[in-house]
Amino acid sequence: MSKINTLDDLNQAGKRGLAALIPSRIKIMVGMATSGIASGAQEVYSALDEEIKKRKLDIILSRTGSMGMDCMEPLVDVLEPGKPRLAYSKMTVKKVPVLLDQIVNGTIGAIKPFYRMDEEEFIVLGKAKRYFDGPLPVYLGNVPTIKEIPFYTKQVKIATRNCGLIDPESIDEYIAKGGYFSLFKALTGMKPETIVEDVIASGLRGRGGGGFRTGIKWKSCREAEGKIKYVICNGDEGDPGAYMDRSVMEGDPHSVIEGMIIGAFAIGAHEGYIYVRNEYPLAVQNLGTAIANARACGLLGGNILGSGFDFDIRISKGAGAFVCGESTALMASLEGTAGEPRAKYIHTVEHGLWNRPSNLNNVETWANVPAILARGSQWFAGIGAKTSTGTKVFSVVGKINNIGLVEVPMGTPLRDIVYEIGGGIPGGKKFKAVQTGGPSGGCIPEKLIDLPVDFDELWKSGSMMGSGGMIIMDEKTCMVDIARYFIEFLESESCGKCVPCREGVRRMRDILEDICGGKGQEGDVELLEQMSKAIIDGSLCALGGSAPNPVLSTIRYFREEYEAHIRDRRCPAAVCKALIEYSIDPEKCTGCGVCLKKCPTKCITGEKKKPHTIDKTKCIKCGACYESCKFDAITVK
Amino acid sequence: MKRDKTVEKKVKEIVKKYGAEKSSLIAILQDIQEAFNYLPKDALIVLNEALDVPLSRIYEVATFYNAFSLTPRGKYLIEVCAGTACHVTGAITLMDRLERELEVKCGETTKDAVFTLEQVRCLGCCSLAPVIRIGGNIHAYLTQDEIPKILRNYRQ
Ligand SMILES: Cc1cc2nc3c(=O)[nH]c(=O)nc-3n(C[C@H](O)[C@H](O)[C@H](O)COP(=O)(O)O)c2cc1C
Ligand code: SF4
Ligand code: FES
Repeated sequence: MSKINTLDDLNQAGKRGLAALIPSRIKIMVGMATSGIASGAQEVYSALDEEIKKRKLDIILSRTGSMGMDCMEPLVDVLEPGKPRLAYSKMTVKKVPVLLDQIVNGTIGAIKPFYRMDEEEFIVLGKAKRYFDGPLPVYLGNVPTIKEIPFYTKQVKIATRNCGLIDPESIDEYIAKGGYFSLFKALTGMKPETIVEDVIASGLRGRGGGGFRTGIKWKSCREAEGKIKYVICNGDEGDPGAYMDRSVMEGDPHSVIEGMIIGAFAIGAHEGYIYVRNEYPLAVQNLGTAIANARACGLLGGNILGSGFDFDIRISKGAGAFVCGESTALMASLEGTAGEPRAKYIHTVEHGLWNRPSNLNNVETWANVPAILARGSQWFAGIGAKTSTGTKVFSVVGKINNIGLVEVPMGTPLRDIVYEIGGGIPGGKKFKAVQTGGPSGGCIPEKLIDLPVDFDELWKSGSMMGSGGMIIMDEKTCMVDIARYFIEFLESESCGKCVPCREGVRRMRDILEDICGGKGQEGDVELLEQMSKAIIDGSLCALGGSAPNPVLSTIRYFREEYEAHIRDRRCPAAVCKALIEYSIDPEKCTGCGVCLKKCPTKCITGEKKKPHTIDKTKCIKCGACYESCKFDAITVK
Repeated sequence: MKRDKTVEKKVKEIVKKYGAEKSSLIAILQDIQEAFNYLPKDALIVLNEALDVPLSRIYEVATFYNAFSLTPRGKYLIEVCAGTACHVTGAITLMDRLERELEVKCGETTKDAVFTLEQVRCLGCCSLAPVIRIGGNIHAYLTQDEIPKILRNYRQ
């Protein structure tokens, strides 16, 4: 890897990168983020590799990250000179030879492209590059463009700008997309103070949960006393249901690294850490490769870009503790001790890691920085909402048709995310609520569907942004069970340092378990509200301080569900096992015998072609029959 | 009691890799966990001497983090995701079924030491919910019905 010292070196690397990104030969890219691999991308990649070699085809095969639409994976993109880029969804090993035939013959046959891209956005450079000159080949006329796919129409990608487009292991491709030019600009032409001012002016707020203004944090850390300072990247991504940080670390690790180097220069830090959660091996691997490559090019280490500025980054793996996403706990964990938070009045920007000034930002926050520097703070501030600028990546998961990662301008109405981008609720079911903000957040009900999604609006609704998980729930989700679920989560993740959190959350769990178990009592809801107040007031860190949120927000919007559990011993969503019963509707049962075979306790009996029955004394309510019945004959109430 | 020589050798190797730095305790424990599938008692004793960290501190860290286990784990670790996306799409049903099929409770290892059943908080594959991970492999969009066959495949 050749050293990058000058603007000319950067341009050279960019040229090499562009030749790899949009080559003059056919190129096939396989989306190989964790979700792609879990859907079979590795097998598809190997099959392509084998078949290309066998047929001696002049085709480049490469890997890339995720374009976000996980429900369509494995995704394979084909780029031929003189043609638009074509994306093929739900690829399988079986489809590989057929796809290669189609490429060789220049036709569309049995395998239809999911969408086409006529051009590629180079967001950092502020321009797009067309894949082909001249008219669109006639046979591709019916293939929709990516922007015609509702999932993508309203998306604006800044933090995930390169995911699914570049090979995350290629620093040249990152540079071709405008990468490291912001760093060059910062180190060779900007004063650290100016960078801080720019970030303040952009209005960027931390994407890790609290929404603290990034530039202000940088300024405090810059001004803090101390020779040795640290910048840290929070890649702990503990909120269950959120995985945008994983996608960025896996698909575009250099964007985080570049952001961190710029931040370190602005703050005056020479050492950086990336704290990645244990569950993300591929993120660790791709970050490791990226750091090694950046070092080999001289973009990390001593005298970066000949500016005299030194900086390097180390990766630290978490060990499976949710609380370690909290800033002070994370720093304790980096020091090699148990990750217990400490009181907030000691600010980490002054006394953080090893008691030295430390600036912690989330993965997505860091990834935004190079784009802001390149395009200017006003550009960024012009996107999104007034007090929440820019975009936010959300993981739209759960009971939704189009499952995946979406990046939209702040302030996008929830309705657009659920119905347009998400494509609504599967199986004709009714949308009930969306959970945001992870265990510290809350549930937003159907009636607030027009809520513009930004930091402040979410907060007002009783939830919060958190890291951007959006778990969509339908009528089959029990809100009391959801409250119990989060409280149980927090009980097991509380570090145990303070009594209100350790004991209070446990007692709340007892009460919620009673309610779900059909043993709820009048006054339980009020008791939960009272305890919530005490826990919020008496906890040291935000884990305890926000632990009651899921309970409070479900009480606020779904009180009648609590009451149904307590007064009528009924779970309206038919989830809480103690309150439900499975039975067979004799009108609908055809006696096909499928459920009888599936039932693990053999409690279903009946003659062939005659309605079956369930022996309720032996039924363990596992739902196997319900899942297997093709005639809707199993009822659960 | 005599110390396990292979444990001692391996642990010393790992400690050396990290330059015997105290702040690397978690990373060192992770490597030990990976090497032995759990943290053998002897390993912690060796660490205590090599790093000059009190044994109580080492135990504190080893018990604080979910990634560590003080008892031997089975050949394959089954991690059932209990994240929110998996919860609303039926993770509990999967856990119940696994407990019944394997005749163990969550957190335990099967008698034949093939499987250890554990619950994790989000594997980052929420788009494929519900998911479980067995020996590092993700099984996506899982239904309880598929479980017996999957377990059989690993047993072979
Ligand atoms: C219990 C708890 C867990 C947290 N987990 C995360 C996390 O997984 N990732 C993250 O970026 N921030 C997390 N945070 C927020 C961090 O404390 C911190 O505010 C954030 O990383 C700062 O970066 P930002 O300003 O760029 O958002 C958590 C906070 C608490 C209280
Ligand atoms: S509030 Fe809970 S998690 Fe936070 S320090 Fe106290 S006990 Fe630990
Ligand atoms: S919630 Fe199960 S993988 Fe995220």
